[in-house]
Amino acid sequence: MAIKEALLALLQRSPASAYQLKKEFDATTSETWPLNIGQVSTTLQRLQRDGLIEQCPDSETVAAETTVMTATADSQGTGHATSPNHSATVTRTKSQTTAVWQLTDIGRDAVSQWWSTPVTLEQRGRDELVMKLAFAVTTPGVDVTALIQRQRVALQRLLHDVTRARRALPPSDIAGLLVLDHHIFATEAELRWLDTIDDRRLRARI
Amino acid sequence: MTTSRFGQSGPSHNMSHASISPSPPQSTNTVNTDTAGTDTASATVQPILAMHDVSRVHGEGARRVNALLHANLVLHPGEFVAIMGPSGSGKSTLLNLAGGLDTPTSGHVLVEGRDLAALNVAERAAERRRSIGYVFQDFNLLPGLTARENVQFPLELDGWSARKAAASAVHALDEVGVSELADRLPEDMSGGQAQRVAIARALVGKRRLLLADEPTGALDSNSGTTILEVLRRRADDGAAVLLVTHEPRFAAWADRTVFLRDGRIIDDTGPSDVDMLLNGTEIGGA
Repeated sequence: MAIKEALLALLQRSPASAYQLKKEFDATTSETWPLNIGQVSTTLQRLQRDGLIEQCPDSETVAAETTVMTATADSQGTGHATSPNHSATVTRTKSQTTAVWQLTDIGRDAVSQWWSTPVTLEQRGRDELVMKLAFAVTTPGVDVTALIQRQRVALQRLLHDVTRARRALPPSDIAGLLVLDHHIFATEAELRWLDTIDDRRLRARI
Repeated sequence: MTTSRFGQSGPSHNMSHASISPSPPQSTNTVNTDTAGTDTASATVQPILAMHDVSRVHGEGARRVNALLHANLVLHPGEFVAIMGPSGSGKSTLLNLAGGLDTPTSGHVLVEGRDLAALNVAERAAERRRSIGYVFQDFNLLPGLTARENVQFPLELDGWSARKAAASAVHALDEVGVSELADRLPEDMSGGQAQRVAIARALVGKRRLLLADEPTGALDSNSGTTILEVLRRRADDGAAVLLVTHEPRFAAWADRTVFLRDGRIIDDTGPSDVDMLLNGTEIGGA
């Protein structure tokens, strides 16, 4: 799953905070692969480490102002916020929630590279279902017919859910329709593949 | 943990273990909750279609063919169920029995509470005209009649006046979005248009059970989707729809899919379940 590239692509649209990136990612993919904020923050740290993104000057200013305000309270001896530990906690929280990220030149190059490179089979990873069936048909004692039928029911149920979700999308949600259409076609292809295996096994038995 | 809206599906509802009701229900409340498609929330609503322990056997001895065995299926108002299975699994037999085009060897088929087997031939034909609509793969529109005349024809057979039947026909055509075709002959329509007229004919009047046998089989993908939109809308408006199809994508427009094999109902995708949808997996890290 190319979360790194997806976040870079979102930052190509405009600078954004971790929370904004999470929301935009989920909306663009119609919540098919929802991210948690921890994944986004970790990925952003790696992207920053690799020089692909940087904090916007504006977000740094917000963090700095917070620090100054805390220090002022301390120097005036107003009591409640005088604990150094407490002050440090407040500052850290503020700076995390307000950080806004933008692409560096290296980051922009990386996104351009992503757009111009086709996705390969290796990048998609192993397909567990294909592996499972390959092992099942060559392992004595496995009830392949039952295995295929269970998988068929699960896929058909998924197809019902995705179709229902697609019907609820407005025509203007082009990205959402695209993602759900992919799921529909991919699920249907897997169901047809299962049918083909079933037919082949049936003919072999005859 | 973050979950996908399309989480991993739960275990299948294996219908091979479904309870089989040995006798026909005496009232709407006696419907067996283990039969395909019955839920406790709808137990008090009279089903539009109730098939109880229905079998259909052809021939005897060595020539005996079990076309359908011990099938239980219940459709309530607003329910849309798809039937899938390989060739010869009993899909069309089940549809024909549900519509009274065939009679079961054993078991009971009730349409809006009336046992079709208890009716004589004339009564069953009348029941079919009043309660059941059919949609076929090849449309079966009468070639010499316009769309409106095709739709009003079954009503007139049932004793409606031509004027009242025509008004209902126009309304039915409008409901499926083809009112502009009212005066057009079938030979001047596209496949998708003809099928929508056929659906209008199937549902005109008070008929609330719609049986569709591969209605998208002769259509391209876009026209097929349009037909499913119409069927879905009719179900949402309160009709019970039973669709036989070999297209998983079209079956997915139904509320659930029932699987047949060798004359038996072997599986059911079951009702939609919010918890099931939320039972997803977290995707991998960066």
